[in-house]
Amino acid sequence: MRAAVVVFPGSNCDRDLAVAFREAGCQVEMVWHKDTSLPAGIDIVGIPGGFSFGDYLRCGAIAANSPICRDIKTHAERGGFVLGICNGFQVLTETKLLPGALLRNAGLKYICRTVPLIVGTSDSIYTAGYEAGQQIGIPIAHHDGNYTASDEVVAQLTAEDRIAFRYADNPNGSTADIAGILSENRRVLGMMPHPERAADEKHGGTDGKAMFASIASALAAA
Amino acid sequence: MKARVHVMLKDGVLDPQGEAVRHALGGLGFDGVEKVRQGKVIELDLADGTSEDTVREMCEKLLANTVIESYQIEMS
Repeated sequence: MRAAVVVFPGSNCDRDLAVAFREAGCQVEMVWHKDTSLPAGIDIVGIPGGFSFGDYLRCGAIAANSPICRDIKTHAERGGFVLGICNGFQVLTETKLLPGALLRNAGLKYICRTVPLIVGTSDSIYTAGYEAGQQIGIPIAHHDGNYTASDEVVAQLTAEDRIAFRYADNPNGSTADIAGILSENRRVLGMMPHPERAADEKHGGTDGKAMFASIASALAAA
Repeated sequence: MKARVHVMLKDGVLDPQGEAVRHALGGLGFDGVEKVRQGKVIELDLADGTSEDTVREMCEKLLANTVIESYQIEMS
């Protein structure tokens, strides 16, 4: 099973994400933002955290219009898997692959700490290794993680069981405590918390490890 | 020719930065500031003959995120 991790100028979690994929048994290729196509045979694309293009204009807005993102959109539209973490989630909302937007944190402060999350659904390759309702601890590190969407969108996400993670104690003002959401076909996940930073004993927590393990086993079986 | 694009958070979208500015103004003794909304202005130098429709397309595709923001275009 093969994963591609995209690198933008300003990405800073790309190598951590690659390590998490590799430790789970994936073959990983790094892809530069100016590349116009993903390597052939990629099963999943990881869009890492960081500050792509210095967060200029809006977080993720410039990255969402980069050459590689056009091919990521095509990959997603033909049913490919995409995992966007933190800035990667912002990129996914800017490309409209996921609904809603991420605003400045309600408290206006950059927040960097491990927070408790409630798993919303186990129905996806990302969350199959957890139980719905389970509480896990995953680090967040963001200034613009305040998820916002219209009431209709939130009702639809709820009805379709697409809220992958909720904050147990909302740190940033996100609508409906939303920390991560799935696309309609459940193959695109965007989340603000960093599972790749809780994937090794040395990280101080391993609650994120199950995500990479379940991605790898689902894709190996496919 | 020039275009000036004003981008604002839509009404109903919470603007925590505007809210912080309002608090700070209150702290400086300016009473009666009921609401502050913070946006941005983007100035474009354009080739002669560029239409407002083209600028609108720029707004839709990049300059504004219409999920949360509205925009106004001034051509001059």
